[in-house]
Amino acid sequence: MPIIEVENLVKSYRVYKKREGLGDSIRGLFRREFRDVQAVRGIDLTVEQGEFVAFLGPNGAGKTTTLKLLSGVINPTSGRATVMGYVPWERRNEYRRRFALVMGQKNQLWWDLPAQESYRLHQQIYGISHDEFKRSLDELTDLLGVRTLLGQPVRELSLGERMKMELIAALLHSPDVLFLDEPTIGLDVIAQHKIQTFLRYYQEKRQITILLTSHYMKDIAALCRRVVIIAGGQIKYDGSLAGIVDRFSGSKIVTLQFAAGNQPADLMRIGEVLDTNWPKVRLKIARADVPLRLAQALSEYTIEDVSVEDPPLENVIADMFNQVEEESAAAPEAASGGAATRKANAEHAAKDLSR
Amino acid sequence: MTAATVNHAGPEHPIRNRLLTWWTILRIALEERLVYRGDFALGTLMRFLPIITQIFLWYAVYDSIGRTASGESPELGGYRFADMVAYYLITMIGRAFSSMPGLASNVALQIREGEIKRYMIQPVDLIGFLLLTRIAHKLAYYTIAIFPFAFVFYLCRDYFTDGWPPAPQLIAFFATLIMGFLIGFFLEATIGMVGFWFLEVSSLLFIYMLFSFFLSGHMFPLTLLPDSIEWFVQLLPLKYLAYFPAAVFLGKIPPEELPMEMAIQAGWLAFFIITCRLTYAAGVRRYSGFGG
Repeated sequence: MPIIEVENLVKSYRVYKKREGLGDSIRGLFRREFRDVQAVRGIDLTVEQGEFVAFLGPNGAGKTTTLKLLSGVINPTSGRATVMGYVPWERRNEYRRRFALVMGQKNQLWWDLPAQESYRLHQQIYGISHDEFKRSLDELTDLLGVRTLLGQPVRELSLGERMKMELIAALLHSPDVLFLDEPTIGLDVIAQHKIQTFLRYYQEKRQITILLTSHYMKDIAALCRRVVIIAGGQIKYDGSLAGIVDRFSGSKIVTLQFAAGNQPADLMRIGEVLDTNWPKVRLKIARADVPLRLAQALSEYTIEDVSVEDPPLENVIADMFNQVEEESAAAPEAASGGAATRKANAEHAAKDLSR
Repeated sequence: MTAATVNHAGPEHPIRNRLLTWWTILRIALEERLVYRGDFALGTLMRFLPIITQIFLWYAVYDSIGRTASGESPELGGYRFADMVAYYLITMIGRAFSSMPGLASNVALQIREGEIKRYMIQPVDLIGFLLLTRIAHKLAYYTIAIFPFAFVFYLCRDYFTDGWPPAPQLIAFFATLIMGFLIGFFLEATIGMVGFWFLEVSSLLFIYMLFSFFLSGHMFPLTLLPDSIEWFVQLLPLKYLAYFPAAVFLGKIPPEELPMEMAIQAGWLAFFIITCRLTYAAGVRRYSGFGG
């Protein structure tokens, strides 16, 4: 039986529409215009116990809103969802004791006190027995290598250290379901890697169900076998990471290495030239045409080496985001602001992905 | 009142677990309070400075009235000079219980910054949590302030011309102080929760502070007000924050009226507890509505 079931989930909310300038600010005091933003537009999703699922999508795609809905922070406009049989937005204590949400640096820890004090409080709030608490805390602090930091006020910790402390706070009560919103945002490569390794180990060992949102391809590639791509408030893809290329990329990258002194000028006949670095040339060729075009090239030119590859995953996804953004730009009730914002968002997402 | 502070798992000892949770929140809040010891010490001690100016002010007021024809000290609203100073000193205790520095603005800030999410995700009740942390703040404050308070009262002992009130009156006084603390808490927590609608509550809080300053009796006994205003001010709940405890201590409330007055105070307390709960519930619904 699935642990998370989501059916046609919709969340829209009203936002204040303000034009630029003082005049409109004053007018806004008396009369305000609102518009409906559809953050999530009919999501269907089923997650089995023990799965590690990544939500991937550009800013404002609805990833975080979905996590908020599933953790009961907000109520949906319509649709159904159950997590472990509970309706999240009923906020029952039985449910709240069995999941955790880590949302960036919005801390569950007391800023001025050492993290261990906050952990004691968690022990009481979640009713963790003394032995269980000690065992969990020892295990988590050792795995994350933060034992020496337990007695240091949280405000004096670095961003990466704080994130590790947040993770410990979220896992002390051994939740069955964990929602992670951008767990590695703003962290350096080493800290990112440490958190990835920890999450992978912990999830495999405990077989808990994790839903993670991230901009970073590396997080996702390292952790999740299943990827759900959300864009414009809808699920655009649900499957393996490798499957994305098969599904969304209609072309292959062909690299040809020509014999010395051979620099043909009419390569456009073979495919779209991506870059030339004589004697090497990279071409983009439609998937179906690859055998034909390759045979053509081999017969017409003297070629020393050939390689055929899939385009980089980041590029495929960025192209897909762009496509979705353009589609939703055409629809008037679309999620984010103007067309320009959408383009910027997609470009930003593409940049994030390649990091 | 805040029965459901933390709904606890522990099936074996639910009451013991709940008490332990309360104790942990209290202890941690106390520790947090003591982190900024410089600010804490200064804030505690500075509270006593206005006493001197206030005593001089009332001295000047009574002095300008002069003695009555019969040679007795003049009275203002039923208070002689010594009574007035004693009144002022007792309202300081009342205010120390009922004032809630930073409560409303913090609640509003937590709403604005999204930290309020924590209370929706964890099995913990926001209002109960805030109440316990506030009790911790008060305990921390009193642990330190008891010494200067005792010293000031010792120096000013001559102003308490009637000496200690009888035991029942003293018990009533402590009961009004505690109810005053709770009224102050639930009232300001409610103001903070207006932040679910307006996000910024500082102006609202300023207006409340302004009215509270005059109408709670912090500045002067409410009996000093003209009759045409006094009856109305006496109907407001603000008087329980300062005037009422002091009047009880000084025996200004006739004994036959005291039980009724205290019942009304308890009624106001119940009113603010319910208002606070309802505002929170409506606020959470709204918060869920707009995202955040």
